[in-house]
Amino acid sequence: MPNSSSPTQAPSRMRQNCGPEQKPAAPGFEAEILARAQTGDHQAFAQLYSVHKRRIYSLCLRMVGNVAEAEDLTQEAFLQLHRKIATFRGDSAFSTWLHRLAINVVLMQLRKKGLSLISLDEAMDPAPEDGPSRSFGAPDLKLSGAIDRLALEKAVGDLPAGYRLIFILHDVEGFEHNEIASMLDCSIGNSKSQLHKARLKLRDALRSQSRAEEQA
Amino acid sequence: MTGDPGNLSCEEFQAQLAELVGSGEGPAAHPHVQSCERCRALLVDLETIAEAARQLFPSVEPPDEVWEQIESAIKQEGK
Repeated sequence: MPNSSSPTQAPSRMRQNCGPEQKPAAPGFEAEILARAQTGDHQAFAQLYSVHKRRIYSLCLRMVGNVAEAEDLTQEAFLQLHRKIATFRGDSAFSTWLHRLAINVVLMQLRKKGLSLISLDEAMDPAPEDGPSRSFGAPDLKLSGAIDRLALEKAVGDLPAGYRLIFILHDVEGFEHNEIASMLDCSIGNSKSQLHKARLKLRDALRSQSRAEEQA
Repeated sequence: MTGDPGNLSCEEFQAQLAELVGSGEGPAAHPHVQSCERCRALLVDLETIAEAARQLFPSVEPPDEVWEQIESAIKQEGK
């Protein structure tokens, strides 16, 4: 197989990440690399890795909360990409397709770990008892002050996997609901609804933490 | 459901909230929110959480070893 290459040496515009870089600054450029990678060009595949590695790794890390596991999942996602890249036909954006592939790898891992996730459908439809509380009735406490990163990390980590996934894709990674719906084979309305429930659950968790700290 | 958005109960308003938030129309301008302190506080909290997620969770670079392992596995599969 082809020569070794360092994905960290990709052209600077390919290295730009952070935020939704797959709303391509240079779509023709990525399309050309993608086309080359589809023909087995290892250098082009390394460039694709360079462009997408941060978001895929970050997604894995946020979903499993463990560095070693996230590294393994990132590796597996890109290996699957290598095996399947020739089948990409451009029906969706490449980043959407790649994220869908990575999400399936992550969900497979969660299933292996014994979490009650059998399919994306179940991920998108948590048990009723996992739902957020409503906010009518007794007066509510507002979240006070700035949200602490560790507190938010813990709250996100405690979310049911389906809610966590939607929250990460939309609020952390910046995907739009139509993109998430395409990734998860669900309706846009379902994506909106799950995101809303995820935020409500996070609010519940953060307020509980805040109350516990006040009482300590 | 009532036809006047200003006469919605909190329950009715919150049932529409996911769609309102996702529509980008700005639920803060909804007539119910103008007159309901509890739902206004809820909206502020949800916006604070979304904003915190954007600011507190930067993307993370995987270590170089991940690529090395991918390359190694690709070579193995190619043999």
